[in-house]
Amino acid sequence: MNKIAYYPGCTLSNTAKNFDLSARESMKALGWELDEMPKWNCCGTVYSLASDNLINHVAPIRLLVRAQEAGHDRLTTLCSMCYHTIKMANHLVRKDPDKLEKINFYMEPDPAYKGKVEIVHVLEMLKKDIGFESIRAKVVKPLNGLKLDCYYGCLLTRPKEAALDDVEQPTVMDDLVKALGAEAVYDPYLTECCGSYHTVMDKDVVADKAGRIIESAKKKGAEAIVTSCPLCFFNLDARQKDIAAKTGRAPGLPILYFTQLMALAFGLGPEVCMFDLHYVDPRPLLKAKNLM
Amino acid sequence: MEPKVNLIPIHIMGKQYMVPDVLTVMKAMEYAGYQLTRGCGCRGGICGACGIAYRLPNSYKIEVGLACQAMVQPDMYLAVLPFYPNKRGVHDVENLGANVDTFKALYPEVFKCVSCNTCTKSCPMSIEVMDYINAAMRGDVRQAAELSFDCVMCGLCTSRCPAEISHANVAILARRLYGSQVVPRAEHLAKQVKQVKTGKFKEGLAKLKSADLTSLKELYKAREAEPDNAPDEWAPKSNDYL
Repeated sequence: MNKIAYYPGCTLSNTAKNFDLSARESMKALGWELDEMPKWNCCGTVYSLASDNLINHVAPIRLLVRAQEAGHDRLTTLCSMCYHTIKMANHLVRKDPDKLEKINFYMEPDPAYKGKVEIVHVLEMLKKDIGFESIRAKVVKPLNGLKLDCYYGCLLTRPKEAALDDVEQPTVMDDLVKALGAEAVYDPYLTECCGSYHTVMDKDVVADKAGRIIESAKKKGAEAIVTSCPLCFFNLDARQKDIAAKTGRAPGLPILYFTQLMALAFGLGPEVCMFDLHYVDPRPLLKAKNLM
Repeated sequence: MEPKVNLIPIHIMGKQYMVPDVLTVMKAMEYAGYQLTRGCGCRGGICGACGIAYRLPNSYKIEVGLACQAMVQPDMYLAVLPFYPNKRGVHDVENLGANVDTFKALYPEVFKCVSCNTCTKSCPMSIEVMDYINAAMRGDVRQAAELSFDCVMCGLCTSRCPAEISHANVAILARRLYGSQVVPRAEHLAKQVKQVKTGKFKEGLAKLKSADLTSLKELYKAREAEPDNAPDEWAPKSNDYL
């Protein structure tokens, strides 16, 4: 069993336990143990764009320091916010040694960050460490006949320093669901904004933005949207209630994490997918497709 | 011959005193003439009443300690922090969930934490304060409770926190949630309490109370005590007092 240091982040420890559990189990099936860091702090949530306020970068750099001190050269995570914040902070201190020195001086006597730890998304591991052919070989229950819209959102592909795939036309999730036996539909909204944190202040904005993404997916014939971000998931799934209230029509389109699809295809059973956490229940669709 | 006392200078709230180098800060303060009515308590390093902050020559570091435990050092420059105001989220623990929402409701300021780690650096008990605050931020009640267990509530972390968090009270909430809702209930305790209430031990206690000193001593000597390193399955032969 291969091992990689794993940073779950707060959302996967709370509202997105379905993402966390399905990821751990499906990665185990692929021969990789997601080894949770024994102690970890908040990633900082949002990458601060203020050029002169370094305190906001202390949290993500501290995670990298802890990974470094535990002897890891890589750290993996799943939440798009965490991935983006840590990767951008890493990029910042690598390109600007003065900032790294200042942050390290501030953090002493904690060990200094040497800038050597890579933050990798599980999707990158699937592509580079494991490969889609090996994934295909692990499938015992192909997702045949399932039409999926892979939605990437903003944080996995923008800006280019943070991108885990092509900025305009990412394909990693499409390649994955194809390897699992599903059909990937092309949707031009694949990297549109889901409304993000407006969900806290103004549900209406999200109902509009998420509504458009869901509408487009349905027009293209998708039976579910696949995502890799807990915030996109929430906006696309739970906000369907607000879309229904606003438009008078409930979209009723299930939203799934890519890890849940892996778990189903690898025959790990619906238990590790925790579908009871979904607002739009994906089980009728999955039962109709004989996937559970 | 008089034992030789080595005097060193220390600075208590800016004023220099010559004190023996073998004293704790608390004893040195008393040696210097302070009569302590606040900022001292158990004198055993456990009550948290005597947090101190100090600096040493040629260092910018803010050092911390407990006055009853920290030894004097030449030219230390110190102040005692007898009390630091804490915010208290009043609650009835029975009506709360052992999850992140409880921390959000009672101590929303924990989410201001930027993981600067200053709290951990200023803990005289070497507690990983920042880590238990982060555990609370994600609703990990078990880790928050376990990491904060040694807290003596001196308030030094709170005095240094840029996010204005009342760490010790967050920790108390975590441990109350953990004790009342996370760890399994001790069923045998409830059973034992019931036995006490139904009077199972009344007779035995009455016998002991009326016994004279000699027979009490005999009873004590003859008592069946659990031996050191007894195996898990050890049980007393007589069940009268269980």
